[in-house]
Amino acid sequence: MQNINLIFTELYLFSGICILLMLGVYVKNSFNKIYNLSILLLIGIIFVIYKNGLEKSGIFLDSFISDPLSNFVKILIAVSSIIILFTSKQFILDNKISKFEYPIIILLAILGMFFTISSNDIILFYLGLELQSLSLYVLASIDRDNLKSSESGIKYFVLSALSSGLLLYGCSLLYGFTGSTNFELIKNELTVENIGAIFAMVFILVGLSFKVSAVPFHMWTPDVYEGSPTSITNFFAVVPKVVGLAVIIRFMDVPFENILSDWQTIIIFISVASMILGAVAAIRQTNIKRLMAYSSIGHIGYILAGVATGTTYGYSSSLLYMTIYVIMNIGAFSCIYLMRKDGVYTEKISDLSGLSKKRPLLAVSFLIIFFSLAGIPPLGGFFAKFYVFLSVVESKMYILAIVGLMTTVISAFYYLKVVKIIYFDEAKTTFDELKNFPTNSTIFISCLILISFFLYPSVLNNVIFNLLG
Amino acid sequence: MDFPILSTIIFLPLVGAFFILLSKSKDNKSAKYISVFTTLINLILSLFLWYSFDNQIVEFQFVEEKVWIENFFKYKLGIDGISVLFIVLTSFITQICVISCINSIKLRIKEFLIALLVLETFMLGVFCSLDLLLFYLFFEAGLIPMFLIIGVWGGARRVYSAFKFFLYTLLGSVLMLVAIITIFWLTGSTDVTEIYQIKIPEQYQTILWLAFFSSFAVKLPMWPVHTWLPDAHVEAPTAGSVILAAILLKMAGYGFLRFSIGMFPLASEFFVPLVYVLSLIAIIYTSLIALMQDDMKKLIAYSSVGHMGFVTLGVFTFTTQGIEGGIYQMISHGLISAALFLCVGVLYDRMNSRMINDYGGVVSILPKFSLLFIIFVLGGLGLPGTSGFIGEFLVLLGAFKKNFLVAVIASIGVVLAAAYMLWLAKKVIFGEVKNDKVKILKDVNYSEGFVLSILVILTLFFGFYPEPIFNTISPSVNNLIDVYQFEINSKISNIN
Repeated sequence: MQNINLIFTELYLFSGICILLMLGVYVKNSFNKIYNLSILLLIGIIFVIYKNGLEKSGIFLDSFISDPLSNFVKILIAVSSIIILFTSKQFILDNKISKFEYPIIILLAILGMFFTISSNDIILFYLGLELQSLSLYVLASIDRDNLKSSESGIKYFVLSALSSGLLLYGCSLLYGFTGSTNFELIKNELTVENIGAIFAMVFILVGLSFKVSAVPFHMWTPDVYEGSPTSITNFFAVVPKVVGLAVIIRFMDVPFENILSDWQTIIIFISVASMILGAVAAIRQTNIKRLMAYSSIGHIGYILAGVATGTTYGYSSSLLYMTIYVIMNIGAFSCIYLMRKDGVYTEKISDLSGLSKKRPLLAVSFLIIFFSLAGIPPLGGFFAKFYVFLSVVESKMYILAIVGLMTTVISAFYYLKVVKIIYFDEAKTTFDELKNFPTNSTIFISCLILISFFLYPSVLNNVIFNLLG
Repeated sequence: MDFPILSTIIFLPLVGAFFILLSKSKDNKSAKYISVFTTLINLILSLFLWYSFDNQIVEFQFVEEKVWIENFFKYKLGIDGISVLFIVLTSFITQICVISCINSIKLRIKEFLIALLVLETFMLGVFCSLDLLLFYLFFEAGLIPMFLIIGVWGGARRVYSAFKFFLYTLLGSVLMLVAIITIFWLTGSTDVTEIYQIKIPEQYQTILWLAFFSSFAVKLPMWPVHTWLPDAHVEAPTAGSVILAAILLKMAGYGFLRFSIGMFPLASEFFVPLVYVLSLIAIIYTSLIALMQDDMKKLIAYSSVGHMGFVTLGVFTFTTQGIEGGIYQMISHGLISAALFLCVGVLYDRMNSRMINDYGGVVSILPKFSLLFIIFVLGGLGLPGTSGFIGEFLVLLGAFKKNFLVAVIASIGVVLAAAYMLWLAKKVIFGEVKNDKVKILKDVNYSEGFVLSILVILTLFFGFYPEPIFNTISPSVNNLIDVYQFEINSKISNIN
């Protein structure tokens, strides 16, 4: 008797999407309702996932599994999506992209992500990933009258399709050389002598690196981040990265476990390259969204450094980093939502100049979040880096640790530049006084978490470490 | 220990800063009162700490220990004879800064006081922590408020200086973080007292020592990574320069004593020539540069580098005189350089200029100020009877014991220090009044006079009666040297 409860989360989400879609078609001007209902649906999901518990079990010939890792990541995705939807409503209304499809497509993307994370089989994995990607293409170009938004959607689609092709090619190679699509069975077949399968591993890694925007497959990130509406950029910067990381960990931990040293080399390279490029290329940016794009590339580098260790400790430190990254990015984008001047949203960093005189509280929030992104103690971002480097040094990868910390210094430069503009420069522009409760409270909470993280730095880490067991 | 006095001292300024944040009076009166009150309580508490500190005990006292990161790191505080003095110095200097900046800072004073108090928390934390990660946390966190103090309230080139300060220090420190993590995986602990017992293998010691050295050398600063210091000093507001010279530089000297020598005795012995050479270059080279300056703050900043050269020289002689002299030099430099920067601040508040050539003949216009200034100048050049003399003298004594040539070269530095300091006094204080603006200057006001007089009293007091300081540091210093000698001897006997 198969336990259908395992897939209940996805069924729940899927039926919810169908109902909302019907509602959207039959009820006029239903954006508000559907938006709020979507948030409610996602809140419900947290409870459903929570009920799933921590046992590891699979259904459908073990192609779909539910384990602590997948449940943790699903909760992280649900929570961050709720907060993003919660904070970005004002922005969506102001920019007149308030179509009822907006939240539904986000929900569809989340559905795809859930399948990707829970998959224990190449086919299901690929289908989930494509559902996610297709939804994201649409989201990128949701502001279809805006040239930049359409451009970013097309760009994302073309490049992502290419990477999906490579990924699929890798999957088929993997099937060809191991004779199975199930992760566990592949793991048993895969050995270091199996050269073909190692090729497959490279292709799959390329595809996944594209999804998390790691160097050298990062080209799309700045353009897509800049072109998409900020609310979508916020979603891009947070949620797909979580999924990408979880999938990479899943792949490294299960099917590719026996060829550890082969994929380690690649991940180390990708990690170092991302750290360096993320640090150097961001320096000359003038658009805050492009800056965040390069910053996210850099952060992915640090996160992959934890993955590169190939130890449980490394994986858990990466997940911890990702969690803190999510908190920092949600905080940063919430601040960006408040950059509105005479009803028009601005993205230029120079418009922030002298913010500390006009809006001291917003300035302090920027200060905390950016210093945290730079990884300066005692803020949360420091502990994220610290745990990653703790695991990296444990695996005796000193060079990776030193390069990583050196790039921290370089990247500190551009974070400081933003702080400089906010605090040292003369005031030029005045932002609108937005009474935006969701955004303000989110900024407040994320700053609070980042500041007080040092009081109990081990709690979150212990939770994640125990989950991975 | 029942009452967590160290945690109280560390976090009290933070509480004060929080209340300043909440305060809402128009002329910022309540913010000023809160800051003065907080720092005063902290000063009294630290003096009480010094008073109740038992000189006879070698082990760490007032130890507080809590699990901080499970299985990994502890929140461990404790002090010995060396750190207690720095805690008193920090509370004292912050008090002085608060009093002096209340009148001199006009712009956004509330934020300034918050930054200052937060900085005090981090500085005190550095001197109290007995866990490497905790130490690193406080050591680095101090960058944020200092960056803002230089950048927001600084002079014309403040942005450049703030960035240079921040990035230089951060770059030095990240290597220390790698070293701390490595030590953790080597020994299974970051508790300093435990690491003292465990003894790190020699092949690791050299590389770890270098990693710590890179951080402390930037912070101290040693030649050739000292270039951030003149910029930061010149552009920082008076209170910022004072804190920077009096305390932030001392963190590195303290770090050498507590971590480099304590944890890596063999590597410290191995790198003695390197430290000697860098210290001597710092003493001679920066003194020569100081002779060429036309900016008063820059001159004092370069003299700081030279004085800190004496500190490293003394510490790395591994003799009682040398190390005690080094510590004494740090304390006395903390008082004298703070005072000199305050004096420059007094002039700058009136004339808006730091250029030496804009002044001259100040003695006839500002007699009280000139008297104070001259005493500090004499202290800075190490005249007997001021606290500056004892430190330099002991360092040279220790150096003569170890290496004659090094000591002789260092002695030249003393002469050069006298040269630039007297030249500064001659140009600014004496001579004829050339600048008309100088003629209308007013002498020191009540609060300036009060602050500077206290510093004069302390400078002279510790010049004539160094006993209280030596009583406090001697047991700890001797213990440090005993441990060090034991390590070196056991290594020699191993070879034999």
